[in-house]
Amino acid sequence: MNIQAIRQDFPILKRQINNYPLIYFDNAATTQKPKQVIEAIHNFYEQHNGNVHRAVHTLSLEATDLYENSREKIAKFINAKDAAELVFVRGTTEAINLVAYSWGLNNLERGDEVLVSLMEHHSNIVPWEITSKVRGFKIKYAKVNADGTLDYEDFESKFTSKTKIACLNHVSNVTGVINDVKRVTKAAHDNGSLMLIDGAQSIPHMKVDVQEIGMDFLAFSGHKMLGPTGIGGLYGKREMLEKMQPFQGGGEMIKEVAFTESQGCDIQWNELPWKFEAGTPNIEGAVGLAEAVKYLEALGMEQVLCHEKELTEYAVGHLRECDKVTMYGPTDLSKKCGIISFSVKDLSSHDTALICDNYGIMIRSGYHCAQPLHEQVLKLQSSDRASFYVYNTKDEVDRLVEILKEI
Amino acid sequence: MATIEDYVARVEGTCGAEKDVIVVFKYEKKDEAIAQVLKKAQVKNKIAGIIFELTFQDTSFRLYTSGKAIFRSIKNRQELNNLLTSLLLD
Repeated sequence: MNIQAIRQDFPILKRQINNYPLIYFDNAATTQKPKQVIEAIHNFYEQHNGNVHRAVHTLSLEATDLYENSREKIAKFINAKDAAELVFVRGTTEAINLVAYSWGLNNLERGDEVLVSLMEHHSNIVPWEITSKVRGFKIKYAKVNADGTLDYEDFESKFTSKTKIACLNHVSNVTGVINDVKRVTKAAHDNGSLMLIDGAQSIPHMKVDVQEIGMDFLAFSGHKMLGPTGIGGLYGKREMLEKMQPFQGGGEMIKEVAFTESQGCDIQWNELPWKFEAGTPNIEGAVGLAEAVKYLEALGMEQVLCHEKELTEYAVGHLRECDKVTMYGPTDLSKKCGIISFSVKDLSSHDTALICDNYGIMIRSGYHCAQPLHEQVLKLQSSDRASFYVYNTKDEVDRLVEILKEI
Repeated sequence: MATIEDYVARVEGTCGAEKDVIVVFKYEKKDEAIAQVLKKAQVKNKIAGIIFELTFQDTSFRLYTSGKAIFRSIKNRQELNNLLTSLLLD
């Protein structure tokens, strides 16, 4: 990949922060947007803006074409069998909430179990905790090893005949650990359980094939893969989505709302995937995300992952030279991708992030929405996190290392 | 009459067990705010030319030349407001 050419596509990278060139290492939180994505959104509003479905006028038809073609494009990117298996949502959080509410509230009851791991983002914990209070099912937490890798034996041993769904992230947003989701999906299915994968940190960085892995649900966010905020996807196997009740009600998601004095309302749900898309959707978000997918496909997902792994190896090697820096996560770098969590001796994570900010380097500090992993596994009050993407360079890593050595 | 809102753009609670509070000064007023704070608070240490470790009224905090300050052990917003009023306005 020609990184310098890629960087030219990202207008924000020309910015200076505190009189230093911007170095953006907070890609696990959100990514920057190439001009192709910005222009696609701009073009939608300048030329094609209308509400999707049901109207017969030209702008509505154009907007509908763009919206549904975007779905096709993104569904192919994850190798869904057909586009109807991809529901547009606000992002990973809403995707998991959709499953917890639409499927969970109707299928889980007292005596049932849901299996999650201690390395989950709060978005893969809290929806289950909320719905468990309503339905009375039990949540089991699988252990994570001290280096941040999943304790597969513990995960697999926690399946019982009562386990109805297991939920795991594909890549940890704290340590960058890549989980063997094919293995855990098979374990789930062998035990009669469904499998939900949080793909927020994997789909932007590697080829994810839903048919090959075989999970029942996959959640992801557009803004972490060069797309706009407020758009993401829930992939669900058609047979699962068909059986599920809608999460929200309103326009778009119904076929018919027939009213009679004697019988009241008789409502028929729309077909997939619209059954789950109540109200006017984020049309320009879908268009922007499809453009982001086109951009990533042109780069090649294997090259994207290769670049990030190379940067990670380079950064870990050089961060080891910093006396005050302690890194977290596996030392075997083949088990992780472009996320490095660390702390600096005698400084809080926020101090370190503010020092870096002073030199124009954006890193994350805090729990990264993964408090159980920090407190129960890593035994930390918080950590700093540098996360890489397609536009980051070794020179930028050198600058971070230089600052951390100076502290 | 000047208020702390003239100087402060935003107050952010941080996530993490430390429960730090970050005060972000308005860009156009940050130099004035930093000068005011340095006049009032006692400098304990200066790190790398960009961080001042300070104490004021038994409260320790750090001030960054980028226009941010990080306070620890602040109980509530009122306590922070009182401290900022003394530092910036009194």
